[in-house]
Amino acid sequence: MAKVTLLTDFGSTYTKLTAVDLDSERTVGFARVPTTVRTGLPDGLSDGLSELKKQGVTTIAARLACSSAAGGLKMAVSGLMPELTVEAARRAALGAGAKVWRVYSHELTRADIAELNAAPPDIFLLTGGTDGGNKANILKNAGMLSRHAARPFPVVLAGNRAAADEAADLLRAFSPVVCPNVMPTLGVLAAEPVQAAIRTIFLKHIVRAKGLQDVASELNAPLIPTPSAVLAGMTLLADGTDARPGLGGIAGVDIGGATTDVYSICRGEPSEANITLRGLPEPYAKRTVEGDIGLRFSCRGIVSAAGEADIMRHSGLSAEALQTGLSQRENDPGWLAAAGSDLQLDKTLAYFALAIALRRHAGQLESVYTPLGQTFVQTGKDLRPLRHVLLTGGPLIAWHDAGALLAAALRDSGSSLLPRSPAVLVDRGYRFSALGLLATWQPDIALRMMLKEFSYE
Amino acid sequence: MDKKTLVIGVIGADVHAVGIRILDYAFQDAGFNVVNLGVMVSQEEFIAAAVETNADAIVVSSLYGHGELDVRGLRDKCVEAGIGDIPIYIGGNIVVGKQPFDKVEERFLAMGLSRAFPPGSTPETAIEYLKKDLGIGQ
Ligand code: B12
Repeated sequence: MAKVTLLTDFGSTYTKLTAVDLDSERTVGFARVPTTVRTGLPDGLSDGLSELKKQGVTTIAARLACSSAAGGLKMAVSGLMPELTVEAARRAALGAGAKVWRVYSHELTRADIAELNAAPPDIFLLTGGTDGGNKANILKNAGMLSRHAARPFPVVLAGNRAAADEAADLLRAFSPVVCPNVMPTLGVLAAEPVQAAIRTIFLKHIVRAKGLQDVASELNAPLIPTPSAVLAGMTLLADGTDARPGLGGIAGVDIGGATTDVYSICRGEPSEANITLRGLPEPYAKRTVEGDIGLRFSCRGIVSAAGEADIMRHSGLSAEALQTGLSQRENDPGWLAAAGSDLQLDKTLAYFALAIALRRHAGQLESVYTPLGQTFVQTGKDLRPLRHVLLTGGPLIAWHDAGALLAAALRDSGSSLLPRSPAVLVDRGYRFSALGLLATWQPDIALRMMLKEFSYE
Repeated sequence: MDKKTLVIGVIGADVHAVGIRILDYAFQDAGFNVVNLGVMVSQEEFIAAAVETNADAIVVSSLYGHGELDVRGLRDKCVEAGIGDIPIYIGGNIVVGKQPFDKVEERFLAMGLSRAFPPGSTPETAIEYLKKDLGIGQ
């Protein structure tokens, strides 16, 4: 066997190992083993490697890995105004692959800091004020952190430049990484420098804290958060390479047990001249995470968002049967629905998960009634022209009616700018994160493999 | 001395886009730091921008005649957001048709605006008052 590249995804529940032969551009081995957070992630890895050996994968020429294990990259962000620096900070963190655990606007309170002390974040992103704008807020918050945080945690400072030195001095005990402002002038989102800082801290601190240093030292490229790998893969699939064009604008949905991630790679600007665009500019490669939408641990979040009556009507289950089904899913993340009403409930939950998560990700077109009649205002991205949607994750990818579920979820879009009639791609083999990883290293091969592995519905 | 920051925009559902661009250039030429929010700007957007940029004044433009409706409550919201003392100017064609301007001005000042300008007022007029109100060049 020639050049085998090992692509490892340390997930929160499972570690997935994908062995790819770069010459034949085929997957030559796949193993899924439980992630062992307690005894250390590398133990799970060696279990996976022996499994691959049984499949004939013996020599490995290169290694790449991503991780969302042990809670992923847990971040808290703060800024001044909710729709401005706070939103900019939140988007920058999401785009860096973080799990955004807390979002604070205006001034941090002692209760906020108590929350941070009880469960310190992996990284705190402190922003506020445009360059030359408000200084008081970020200084107040830096002071609150330095005075009341029980232990220092990694901090990225990306607020008003005029306050950066003073804020860094206040936070000396945290050794903050000082970055250019995430919103240097009003309405401008400068996410890249912040994201680069987040990646550096992820490597330095997180990898060590989570027992990954040995694994990381053997890799051919830096270990990255799993969502970053997925974003890289999606962007490659949309844009292509010099050698081969991509599919054009695309959206992707990854329905997990606890969260649902939605990705879109497109500009999403208004399609007609009489539509005014409002709000922060959207990132070309955008990621949103719904922490309350998932098919197992977070199944009750779907029910509260969709309404119990609608879930019962759609699944045909009684109130009692629904409660039993939900408890089962909540308590056992690995539980598989075999058939009958169990499968029916999973499909109902998946349908609503798609409908809700896509609506939260997509932009809105509202008609505003003014003294002069009707005008149109768009906020967020217009996904209507997208020609492809990729589905991955959870039990969904095993169902042959996944495409029909998506089509149903896109119906009755109301004011949401959802894809109108996209072709549906399904990641049947669960290769999304592995091929995303490969995209960061061997884009031409990764693109050809994605086009081969993802099947049209 | 540090430049003073102005948040400017056309309020409400008003789409007249040309005047605000001229105001933007004129204010920059006069040495201001200008945050131009463009057309169809809500009260909340004016306020959020002013807080985040630590603005020294808000300049509202209204051309389509509904200025009175559009600025109602703006001062109270500024007070709520902690920038209650910020000067707020309005100009353009702020009411429908030709009305005696002293009466119009009275109504706008009663709503808490700092200055209201009659139709045909130039950017230079606004700059003159801004310099006075913000204590520039004294
Ligand atoms: C072009 C135009 C349009 C275009 C706008 C295109 C665009 N996207 O910009 C279109 C066709 C879309 C349009 C639509 C309408 N328009 Co129109 N429009 C005009 C017109 C002909 C020129 C505006 C212009 O660009 N002027 C050039 C710029 C440089 O001047 P300005 O906008 O006045 O701004 C200067 C000054 O006013 C001042 N200024 C502005 N703001 C401020 C603020 C302060 C503090 C200060 C000191 C000074 C100041 O400084 C600016 C720079 O020099 C004017 C008539 C006119 N000649 O002014 C009517 C006019 C403004 N429109 C008018 C009307 C009624 C409408 C509509 C309601 C018509 C309708 N029934 O559909 C709609 C409203 C749509 C909407 N939702 O906003 C009326 C307003 C009447 C009133 N207020 O009593 C006007 C005055 C025409 C008229 N005489 O009836 N319009």
